[in-house]
Amino acid sequence: MNPVNYLYLAALLFTIGAAGVLIRRNAIVVFMCVELMLNACNLAFVTFSRMHGNLDGQIIAFFTMVVAAAEVVVGLAIIVSVFRSRHSASVDDASLMKL
Amino acid sequence: MTALAAAASQTSTGEAVQFWLLGIVAVIGALSTVLMKKAVHSALSLAGTMIILAVFYLANGAYFLGIVQIVVYTGAIMMLFLFVVMLVGVTAADSLKETLKGQRWLAAGCGLGFGALLVAGIGNASLNTFNGLGTANAEHGGNVEGLASLIFTKYVFAFEITGALLITATVGAMVLTHRERTERAKSQREMSEERVRGKQLPPLPAPGVYARHNAVDIPGLLPDGTPSELTVMQTLRNRGQIRDVSNESLEQLKALEQRSEERLGRDNEEEEVAK
Amino acid sequence: MENLIALLVAAPLLGAAVLLCGGRRLDRAGHWLGTLLAAASFVIGVVLFLDMLGKGAEDRTLHQKLFSWIPVEGFQADVAFQLDQLSMTFVLLITGVGTLIHIYSIGYMAHDERRRRFFGYLNLFLAAMLILVIADNYLLLYVGWEGVGLASYLLIGFWQHKPSAATAAKKAFLVNRVGDMGLSIAIMLMFTTFGTFAFGPVLEATGQTSEGKLTAIGLMLLLAACGKSAQVPLQSWLGDAMEGPTPVSALIHAATMVTAGVYLIVRSGAIFNAAPDAQLVVVVVGAVTLLFGAIVGCAKDDIKKALAGSTMSQIGYMILAAGLGPIGYVFAIMHLVTHGFFKAGLFLGAGSVMHGMNDEVDMRKFGGLRKYMPVTFITFGLGYLAIIGFPGLSGFFSKDKIIEAAFAKGGTEGWILGAVTLLGAAITAFYMTRVMLLTFFGEKRWQPDAEGHEPHPHESPKSMTIPMIVLAFGSVFAGGFFSIGDRFLNWLEPVTGHSHGHAPVSATTVTAATMVVLVIGVAIAWAMYGRKPVPVVAPRGSLLTRAARRDLLQDDFNHVVLVRGGEHLTRSLVYVDHTLVDGVVNGTAASMGGLSGRLRKLQNGYARSYAVSMFGGTAVLIAATLLMRAV
Repeated sequence: MNPVNYLYLAALLFTIGAAGVLIRRNAIVVFMCVELMLNACNLAFVTFSRMHGNLDGQIIAFFTMVVAAAEVVVGLAIIVSVFRSRHSASVDDASLMKL
Repeated sequence: MTALAAAASQTSTGEAVQFWLLGIVAVIGALSTVLMKKAVHSALSLAGTMIILAVFYLANGAYFLGIVQIVVYTGAIMMLFLFVVMLVGVTAADSLKETLKGQRWLAAGCGLGFGALLVAGIGNASLNTFNGLGTANAEHGGNVEGLASLIFTKYVFAFEITGALLITATVGAMVLTHRERTERAKSQREMSEERVRGKQLPPLPAPGVYARHNAVDIPGLLPDGTPSELTVMQTLRNRGQIRDVSNESLEQLKALEQRSEERLGRDNEEEEVAK
Repeated sequence: MENLIALLVAAPLLGAAVLLCGGRRLDRAGHWLGTLLAAASFVIGVVLFLDMLGKGAEDRTLHQKLFSWIPVEGFQADVAFQLDQLSMTFVLLITGVGTLIHIYSIGYMAHDERRRRFFGYLNLFLAAMLILVIADNYLLLYVGWEGVGLASYLLIGFWQHKPSAATAAKKAFLVNRVGDMGLSIAIMLMFTTFGTFAFGPVLEATGQTSEGKLTAIGLMLLLAACGKSAQVPLQSWLGDAMEGPTPVSALIHAATMVTAGVYLIVRSGAIFNAAPDAQLVVVVVGAVTLLFGAIVGCAKDDIKKALAGSTMSQIGYMILAAGLGPIGYVFAIMHLVTHGFFKAGLFLGAGSVMHGMNDEVDMRKFGGLRKYMPVTFITFGLGYLAIIGFPGLSGFFSKDKIIEAAFAKGGTEGWILGAVTLLGAAITAFYMTRVMLLTFFGEKRWQPDAEGHEPHPHESPKSMTIPMIVLAFGSVFAGGFFSIGDRFLNWLEPVTGHSHGHAPVSATTVTAATMVVLVIGVAIAWAMYGRKPVPVVAPRGSLLTRAARRDLLQDDFNHVVLVRGGEHLTRSLVYVDHTLVDGVVNGTAASMGGLSGRLRKLQNGYARSYAVSMFGGTAVLIAATLLMRAV
């Protein structure tokens, strides 16, 4: 098998994640889909690392994970505070772009 | 050397089998993340997909990342998700009905086009030579050592900045969820007075029907058999998540009686037949 | 001597400044101060004149540069004066007649509480007019030109409490603006053509300049002259200008300011000499105005308006003469000077009559006044004889010369012009005789005025009669003094140049013909107004008479063509502005608004919609990248 298949899988997962972001209204699920997209990217990076025979791709994936962790922390905090004031986690309810 | 290159450009049969099996599962997991009605199911599906990705990382020679994926991502981040899901309401199911006009079609169109483009891009790229990570991993005595030497030399600046980012994110999360106290904190004396002068002097009655249920969302029954809302905590009351079981025992009794009656009746019939 | 030139202007200018800024404490002495300064200016003029007479013809021209006005690289304008024989003639006429009229005004305006202001304006006019005639460049001349326009406006509207006076002042100002525009365009053309404004360089350079440019400059100068000198087609303001006090009519609208156009054309003679087409237009304008003014003068019952028509006609003579080129320049100026005397005298006489008749101006309500105002009758009569060209008096010499010069133009042109001038002379004789008969002869026809005051005709005070007498002397003797021995010709020739032309008829024949038409004109007037009593209410009259009473429909023409036309133009411009310009602007605004309204729907606040656009955009970018790579 050609390792390029990993890339195809990453593209597929990324697209599914993106579609999820666009379709779902629950902010938490939207976030999960974002995580899915990030993970798909990581898979691609790891595969690239293997293709090129150096570790830089893995380093990037590592940094992506750290950034994703930071993003999740802030994002979930936002979701919680929005939920507190609106009693809803729907992204559509916040269409006025303010709390 | 040529043998090594050839080995690198093709994966082993075992890996191929693993890829096709787990890859399908990963896609299914991703799809269910998007399509499940309940957020908790989505989270669980995503966790599964992530674990499979961790396996793929390992298969690609990224041992450190594979472990980190499981420990940090699946273990910590996804649990954080689940925690928030619980906080927001685990049972609240989303309606999947689209409210924005044309959003679903646009999303589908964009998604398909985007996927096609990505696939076309990957297909276009001439990715036929594979070097494999053997040399790179062996250079510093292993994958983790190799990563470490890169992080602390070439990428040390980015690493430091990432550290700053994490600290900022932590502080940001605290600031966002912090609620300023708008009134004076009650003293112990006021709290005790409030408690004594309130309507409910003794402790609130406990929830649950001891004979059959002890869950917190089941109201206790008053002597006349009607449920008492006081016994359920206020959060669940507000959410309307009270399970009324006041009639359940009666129904169960009725069903039991019916079953025993049926059984007895059959036995009677059998006896009659036997006679 | 040169230094005196500036004093010439400074004296009346000082008077104007003091009188206009001095306030009421000068009310009692103001008119004496104004008159004194005008007289001082006249004395300076006489001193300069005597000095000039003492020199040879070649070095009579004096220059005085006061300061550099606009010292810019490539654009030099100085405040500098040039006093030559032509300017000298004007200086003497302006200051002389001006002083006389100042004296006259002391009596005439005695009962006006704003007399001080009136003298301030008169002094201002003198200063501006002097600047006009002694400027050594066109730009400074323009300053004087505008200055006399301003003074004229102020004096016509001096009794601004009368709406008719205020309107007349505005009309004079507006019509003059048209002419002034011509002068400013002419000056601009001069600057682009010659690079300078000074008379000397401009007039010397005419030989090296294309005829087309000179024609353009000449026509613009003619437009200016038409405005200031009330020539067709800018003649309409002069009749209304008679709303001003009579001394003003005498000084500004008869003797001096209205002749500024003649001065301008004679001064720019070199330009016109080199541009025959422009010259032809000048002649035509002069000829038309000559007849036009004369016809208007025949029909007017208002004594001042009749005289105004006469002024127009006489200036037509001058312009015609000036348009004849070197044949006519000297005679134009000569007629100008003699006209200054007798027309000022006539106006002062008219003023004197009005003074005695409770400011009545309708000649049909005069009659038989010769017994009541003998001095006025005699001086007015001498002026009358002078203007109709009675042999031996001023008008006879100067007008005769113009008629001769018109014939001397040669060819068909000469005959036509000669015939026109002769016809003009006949009409002049007619309408002046009419004025004379209606005013001083026949039975008395005066009536009580609106308040029931019976007029008591009486002779005017000395301050008014003395100037009239002096002017009458001028009317009688000036022409003869100038003509005998060709004094005036020799005096002016170094400046204007002169040629005799080729007269197809002898001077004697012309004089005889003039006498004949003169007698015919007087006889017709006598037949119409002398033999039988004159009705107090004007008869309906023929079509021509009625048209002439309305100034030959000039105001109607202006109203229909200019005012209506202007209104229509404005209306259509407003329409274009509203529909086209505003349409474009409002349309742009509306389309932007509509577009924004539609675009706003994209801005719905739903994060997911935004995400779709981002996602779509990313897809497009990737597609573009791939396409670029493929290409």
